[in-house]
Amino acid sequence: MLGVIIGVGAVITLVSVGTGASREVTSQIEALGSNLVIVMPANARGRDLRTTDAESIAERVEGILHAVPVTRRSLSVVWTGRSRDTDVYGTTEALPVVQSHPVAAGRFLTGEDIRFFREVAVLGAKVKDELFGVRDPLGQQVYIAGHPFTVVGVMAKKGEGGLFTPDPDDRVIIPITTAQRLFRTKRVSSIYISVAKDYNPDLAVSHIRRIMELRFNDPGAVQVFSQQQIIAAVGSVTGILTILLGSIAGISLLVGGIGIMNIMLVSVTERTREIGIRKAVGAKSRDILAQFLVESVIISVTGGAIGILLGALGSAAISRFGNVPSVISAGWVLVAFGFAAAVGVFFGIYPAMKAARLDPIQALRHD
Amino acid sequence: MSLLELRGVSKTYGEGGLAVPALRGVSLTVEEGELLSIMGPSGSGKSTLMNILGCLDRPTSGTYLIEGRDVSTLTDNELAEIRNRKIGFVFQTFNLLPRATALENVELPLIYRGLPPAERRRMAREALEVVGVGHRLHHRPTQLSGGEQQRVAIARAIAGNPRLLLADEPTGNLDTRTGEEIMGLFQRINAELGVTVVQVTHDPYRGRQTRRIVRVRDGEIVGDGPVPEAEFVSVEAGTTQPAGTTQVLALGAAGRGEAGARP
Repeated sequence: MLGVIIGVGAVITLVSVGTGASREVTSQIEALGSNLVIVMPANARGRDLRTTDAESIAERVEGILHAVPVTRRSLSVVWTGRSRDTDVYGTTEALPVVQSHPVAAGRFLTGEDIRFFREVAVLGAKVKDELFGVRDPLGQQVYIAGHPFTVVGVMAKKGEGGLFTPDPDDRVIIPITTAQRLFRTKRVSSIYISVAKDYNPDLAVSHIRRIMELRFNDPGAVQVFSQQQIIAAVGSVTGILTILLGSIAGISLLVGGIGIMNIMLVSVTERTREIGIRKAVGAKSRDILAQFLVESVIISVTGGAIGILLGALGSAAISRFGNVPSVISAGWVLVAFGFAAAVGVFFGIYPAMKAARLDPIQALRHD
Repeated sequence: MSLLELRGVSKTYGEGGLAVPALRGVSLTVEEGELLSIMGPSGSGKSTLMNILGCLDRPTSGTYLIEGRDVSTLTDNELAEIRNRKIGFVFQTFNLLPRATALENVELPLIYRGLPPAERRRMAREALEVVGVGHRLHHRPTQLSGGEQQRVAIARAIAGNPRLLLADEPTGNLDTRTGEEIMGLFQRINAELGVTVVQVTHDPYRGRQTRRIVRVRDGEIVGDGPVPEAEFVSVEAGTTQPAGTTQVLALGAAGRGEAGARP
């Protein structure tokens, strides 16, 4: 029974944490914006991207709404002695649209901020809370790498970052032109592109890839991927994980089943005389078979129920202390329960048949 | 038509050169309502005869008729059906289910007959009252004396209104006084309920408490005759019964005649 408890408990825990994690990742990626395409330099032999690349993509590919260059650094932001290490994003005015992340107070960057290299900043919700608390940050001066910036807006709160994506609330956004001067670089870390609703993002991906290839004369220079492709990749990784952990749980169910068979075989031997009595008073072989089969199913299903309970507790504990969300799906609970019952029938059938085949005279003499 | 009829019944265990004959061409007729003993030393084949009479085993050759129906070639399931409906067993070692109460033990054959719970509980309770342990319904075997356990076993045997009660050394594990009570109960069941009772015993005194003795030796019947009236020991009027039991018996027997008429 312990094996079944562990097996079912493991299935429920792993699957619910697994589904929770992958659902979380998916929602984070989806939260980045609908119909999003991202262009990044390839890792090893990557070429630098420039602001002009974003402009040429927006001009030359059909169905592109915005192509937003982003240049990123980890820096300290300081306000009257308080400081926070955060991500500084240099970008253009269309970022809120592309990432579907609106402004909560004040305003976002404007085209003029970018054209005139203005030293203005929009704070992420977490940075604002950390530096200003409940005070109004609008119009205040913050220092980034020693340069004063005027706070003109605060972004809406988007919620925790996850395992795979940076926290969207833990950043400060400034004009890309100012950022490039501050960072002393012309480089762009990535380009966020939003594709119009009725255009196929995958088609846009291949167009952009062609343009980049021509631009650099090198097919491996940049990575271009759509949001769907990221979701699919993450999904396949978590899928493999789920299968792997599921098969471990399956093995412990198998071991549990063998344990149940053992218990039932001992029970048949111990109760040989009882079987003889039952047969003498008129029990048919199938009555005895049914009795022992029901007993083994009860054992395994009880184990399964305890396992489901423990699994639910375990996944709740993991999501509480490990900060990983978990989702218990009714479907998987049913599957695990059905599996436990099947283990009971499968491993109970041999002992039950052994009991049913006993000769009543021999069985009555047994003690 | 006789209740039981054995015609040239043989039983051989093992095969070929290792074959051991347990019964050799036994013929025996038992009429409805008889009270008889099968006697013989150990190894005489009386247990084998008992098993065949009780449909726990099949003869190797010969025929066995119960109420004129040949049962020597029936399947295991058909034999189980006959055991369930026509025969009640009483064993030397009581053979009650240790984890079940008296009532549950008596209900057991009725469960396999497929009776609804309320009806089988009523029948089991009546049978327990007939044998005088109506006040011990919810006791487990370990909480009962040997005599009470055997009474529960007898209740289990008669609960389904069988035609035949087969008792294998029913007093063998009981002290003399309790054994006497049990024999009295058999005589009563035979006389008042009309159930045919066959007991196996090696004790000549217990044999004389029945009306007919069949002697078995080396797998053959070597003697068969009525117990002379002068030698018959009736325990019906015996003083060994506890005072209240007789009344309970009478009540129970009346109840079986007209169910529902009892107070």
